Amino acid sequence: MNKYIVKGTLLLALINLTGCASLSIEPWVKPYERQNLADPIMSASRHPIANMHVAHVLDGREAARGAEGTEGGGCGCN
Amino acid sequence: MVGKPRVVLKVLKVVVVVVTKLKNILRKKIAVLFALKLVATFSLLLSTGLSQAAVLGEERLDVLYHSYEGGGMKIDGPAILLRKKATESVVVTAYYYLDSISSASVDVLSTASAYTEERNEGQVGIEYLHDKTIMSLNLRQSDEDDYFAQSISLNVSQDMFGDLTNLSMGFSYGDNEIRRNGDENFVEESEQYRIRAGINQILTRNLTASLSIEAVADEGYLNNPYRTVRYIDNSIPSGVGYQSEIYPATRNSFATKLSASYYLPYRAALFFHFRYFSDSWEIKSNDVELGYRHPIGDTFELELKLRYYQQSEAKFYSDLFPYKNAQNYLARDKELSDFNNLTIGIGATYSLPNSLSFGSSRSEVSLQWDYIDFNYNNFRDPMAEGGVGNESLYGFSANVIRAFYSVYF
Repeated sequence: MNKYIVKGTLLLALINLTGCASLSIEPWVKPYERQNLADPIMSASRHPIANMHVAHVLDGREAARGAEGTEGGGCGCN
Repeated sequence: MVGKPRVVLKVLKVVVVVVTKLKNILRKKIAVLFALKLVATFSLLLSTGLSQAAVLGEERLDVLYHSYEGGGMKIDGPAILLRKKATESVVVTAYYYLDSISSASVDVLSTASAYTEERNEGQVGIEYLHDKTIMSLNLRQSDEDDYFAQSISLNVSQDMFGDLTNLSMGFSYGDNEIRRNGDENFVEESEQYRIRAGINQILTRNLTASLSIEAVADEGYLNNPYRTVRYIDNSIPSGVGYQSEIYPATRNSFATKLSASYYLPYRAALFFHFRYFSDSWEIKSNDVELGYRHPIGDTFELELKLRYYQQSEAKFYSDLFPYKNAQNYLARDKELSDFNNLTIGIGATYSLPNSLSFGSSRSEVSLQWDYIDFNYNNFRDPMAEGGVGNESLYGFSANVIRAFYSVYF
């Protein structure tokens, strides 16, 4: 399991250290073509306080944890 | 020529020392992960040198009432979330959450009596924007009679490749103190480490996708101090005995989530996610969710959600053990059993007219309702008829309500 984390983290670090982050890649979706994506209805975090509650409810009732999209931190309860 | 073997010897010595040190470090996997995170974060900080800055989220205040009712439990209370700009590049966040719990769940009723308690949670955070990089720090504290938890989270995200791509990474550390009501001498501790990374990619002018991974490592007392397992005991009239659960002192898990958002031609949004989870207790789970958001006019938004979750049981779980101390680790927590659940959710948001808002600020009210149906495949209701081990399988449904008011300033 951890080897995937290590590889992934190394890859991300490599991308940054080698300067790939500052490559001037021509965006295939231009900034002025992103009005649909910028519409508030497209936001997964449109209601952040509701998302935090959903994550807390599931955290206490399901064994799965992680990659929820919220920061987590555990149920904080017995 | 004489010096050459000495140089080789010196190089070999250095290699041996480095390899030995690396071995020692590798034994501490979490330390390695943390170090990698620091390297990655540092490299991100170094590589921020582009124009066209990222943006911090909106300034807003949310006030929420939440309620969960199902399986003999009733939990409700308020929550408040504030995001406010301190400067053009700094946002501070504050969050307060209260759970008022009244529990008479199936595990409580089978071996104990119903109880009530409260849990208070507070969070403060700060987000800093520099060019295309957003760095955030969040502190969290949760407090109830028998559980005290504190955690710290660090996150970094960066836009790149013409802002089509956003990379993010984060690390959290949590420290928990576990107590048992009625037993003042009982104090246990656990720690939790989380490391995560994500990539969000604009694919077309209507479609974005993201991939998130997160590893979580727990160490310490991971039991619930009240919960018991049951075993066959023919020496007593009931035929069933109870003993405390015993969990391993470590748990490592890994989750991967793939998400996508699609803008439909008639101005509506479709959301999808799939998550796969596995851990060192041999629990495997996956969940899939489909969401739909549909504006009606300029003031209403309708949301629909369908989610399915299923998991396998922990390797040391059993609904009924054959005898006392049947194995090293023992669990009968239904959250560690083989089960599935289905959620159907509906929500609505209404943008309030200016006459009902504060000054020039925009505000809205929302109501969300989730119905969740839980079905357990190897957890029996000990209070049902049928005899020990032959009772009907347990299941329940829950209603989850969120009503909240949001103001944007």
